[in-house]
Amino acid sequence: MKSSKKEFIAEAEELLEESQRLILEIQDSFSAGVNPDTINALFRAMHTLKGVSGLFGLQGITNLSHALETLMDDVRLGKIEVDGRVVSFLFRNVDILKDIVDKLSQTDEETDSSAFIGDIESFRESLKGGGQPEAGGHGVDESIMKVLSEYEEHRLKANVKAGKGIYLAKAVFPLETFDTSLADLTKVIKTKGELISTLPTSTDVPEGSIGFNLLFGSPASLGDVKKDLPYDVELLVAPQSEEAHPAAPPPQPAQAGAQPETHLKSTTTTVRVDIEKLDRILNSIGELSLAKEAIRRIGTEMTETHGHTSLVYDVHKITQTLERRLAELQDQVLEIRMVPIGQIFSRLAQVVRRYSREIGKQIDLVMYGEDTELDKYLAEEIIDPLMHLVRNSLDHGIEPPDVRRAKGKRESGTVVLKAYQKGNHVVIELKDDGGGIDIGKVRKKAVEKGLLRADEELTEAETIDFIFTPGFSTKDVVSEVSGRGVGMDVVKEKLAMLGGFAEIETKKDVGTTFMLTLPITLAIIKALVVRVGEERFAVPLTSMSETLIVEHSEIQTIEWKEVFYLRGEMLPMIRVNRFFALPEGESDRSFAVVVGFGERKVGLLVDELYGQQEIVIKSLSEYLKKLRGFAGAAEIGKHEVILVLDIESLIDESIIKQRGAAHV
Amino acid sequence: MKTILIVEDSATTRSLIRAVIDEIGEFDTVEASSGFEALKMLPQQDYDLIITDINMPDINGLELISFVRSNPRFSHLPIVIVSTERSEEDKKRGMALGATAYVTKPFKSFELQEIIKKTIGA
Repeated sequence: MKSSKKEFIAEAEELLEESQRLILEIQDSFSAGVNPDTINALFRAMHTLKGVSGLFGLQGITNLSHALETLMDDVRLGKIEVDGRVVSFLFRNVDILKDIVDKLSQTDEETDSSAFIGDIESFRESLKGGGQPEAGGHGVDESIMKVLSEYEEHRLKANVKAGKGIYLAKAVFPLETFDTSLADLTKVIKTKGELISTLPTSTDVPEGSIGFNLLFGSPASLGDVKKDLPYDVELLVAPQSEEAHPAAPPPQPAQAGAQPETHLKSTTTTVRVDIEKLDRILNSIGELSLAKEAIRRIGTEMTETHGHTSLVYDVHKITQTLERRLAELQDQVLEIRMVPIGQIFSRLAQVVRRYSREIGKQIDLVMYGEDTELDKYLAEEIIDPLMHLVRNSLDHGIEPPDVRRAKGKRESGTVVLKAYQKGNHVVIELKDDGGGIDIGKVRKKAVEKGLLRADEELTEAETIDFIFTPGFSTKDVVSEVSGRGVGMDVVKEKLAMLGGFAEIETKKDVGTTFMLTLPITLAIIKALVVRVGEERFAVPLTSMSETLIVEHSEIQTIEWKEVFYLRGEMLPMIRVNRFFALPEGESDRSFAVVVGFGERKVGLLVDELYGQQEIVIKSLSEYLKKLRGFAGAAEIGKHEVILVLDIESLIDESIIKQRGAAHV
Repeated sequence: MKTILIVEDSATTRSLIRAVIDEIGEFDTVEASSGFEALKMLPQQDYDLIITDINMPDINGLELISFVRSNPRFSHLPIVIVSTERSEEDKKRGMALGATAYVTKPFKSFELQEIIKKTIGA
């Protein structure tokens, strides 16, 4: 039952995300008339959620989705009309459901939802009677009426009431290809009006074929309808004359032809896979790579003992083939893990639209690079930090309309979300055209908090960096968004955990840009395996620039810091054994692994270098996560686990220590 | 061994229904995730029972029932509707179109098992 519970959570999350997307669509279109398909889809999502949660005995989710389903049923049957209140109400309750599902996945316990049910009921009662019942007489044959569901019957009546014509198209397709042909036909019908029902039939249909009777409503006349439909079309109810003029404006005429394949196909060709399963494949690939290395070694030994015989040649050849195929396999699995960043952006867009309304600011959201791909795991992990930054921009970046007007800016603010690939990294930019961060204030606050001496010189970038300090806030940058318990320091910490970093550019009255740089994937990375005392650690190659041999006599102590002069530049040194309180090595020479960039460049002193290896980083359990200095663990070779060093936190610790020492 | 076609758009519900049938241990199951898929799968092999949801995208359960009943090759097939109480009205319509029985979601394993056994024998 455990795995099916997981399946339930995955499906529930999918349904709720789909619901949010649909509510957004409803919000954007309710004043002009919502597409009934959208409302029905939202009803169906709640209906499915209720059905599935009921089967699991999850009473809270069942009751809540049932109440929302009932509300949506009234909406789709025209008993309740959609307005802004309904939209906000739906958003709020889907959020509540999301929270319950979230908690369920984390704690395996279902939150009590009974408090919300009453709200939904009384809200629904207060709205009832908004819509008008449709007229009874519709003049459609009983044989058709009896196969319509209650909802379809309602749509039929609504079309008649709106003066639309009701048509019945009959088409016959070969069994093998009917889904694509039917999808094409459906598309054409939707440009004419609303498809009410698709009824498959085998009456008067040749062997190997299938017939469909498609019932649809359209304001166009029979002649116009027939123009693009090379099928048998019958008029059941005539459209009211004033609308029967040339093909009336279809819902979305322009894109109709250009629309990508309908969703018909995707239900049968895509599979949902737990990311853990992909990790397992990657692990197997890792083990195969080790086996391949063993074969290579045997090959090399054979060359030495047997010389270049054809057998030895074959061993080398097979090693190369293995290597190439394994690399291909690995790339393919990594590719499966990739998702377009647009998925995250659209979730952020929802927050922007809803939140801007809540706080009464007008925001234009612009997005670029939605197709940029990122590992699914990273995408999920980065969404909270991004959400925090977006809210921060809305709260404190973008000025209220009157202030903007006074500054001569457009009243509505602009937030730009942009993503692009840069080498093995993805950069996500969040830019606002708000008031910018006041560097003077940040500096003053840092001095007040005792983080900085009043006479200390800092660059702009170094000063701004203080906003990432826990508990730090100025009026312009509130480190903690009210009541949400997430601070800028958490953003930075999360990024470091993911092997990324944040940069900020800001200009007073022009705006602020946050640039988050992340590795494309964490699934498999190249790492250098090193020895410190009797322990082995992995250092990710992405953060490493070179390795050196360092005689201990060459290490100098300047202002409490241990440094080494590398090509004339001072390089701070971190003794990894001291950092982790491991015994000192006996040798008077060490290897230095140079990591970090620019001013954050340091040398890590280790006892021995073992060579490069591809590793799959696994996160540490909650209990071990609190240990500083480790990014995770990785399996190397047969069931041997080593720890992966968290370079960013090592550098941070050493910088703090140095600062602290300098202040003594 | 008798074969049951499960037509249901929710993957979780589908696998639960399958698990309930597997528990009896006497039937093969084949699954369709939409009405369309069911239409494609119907001619591909012989089935002994169809279990279908009503509320589905593309073509719904009622349309599927009507199709099965109108086609001489399949018209004899027993059909069990598995749907929520929301579809009460639709369930009546389904029975009128010739469905054999219905089970209301959420159902208890034994309820569905009883109906399956009663419909096509153990």
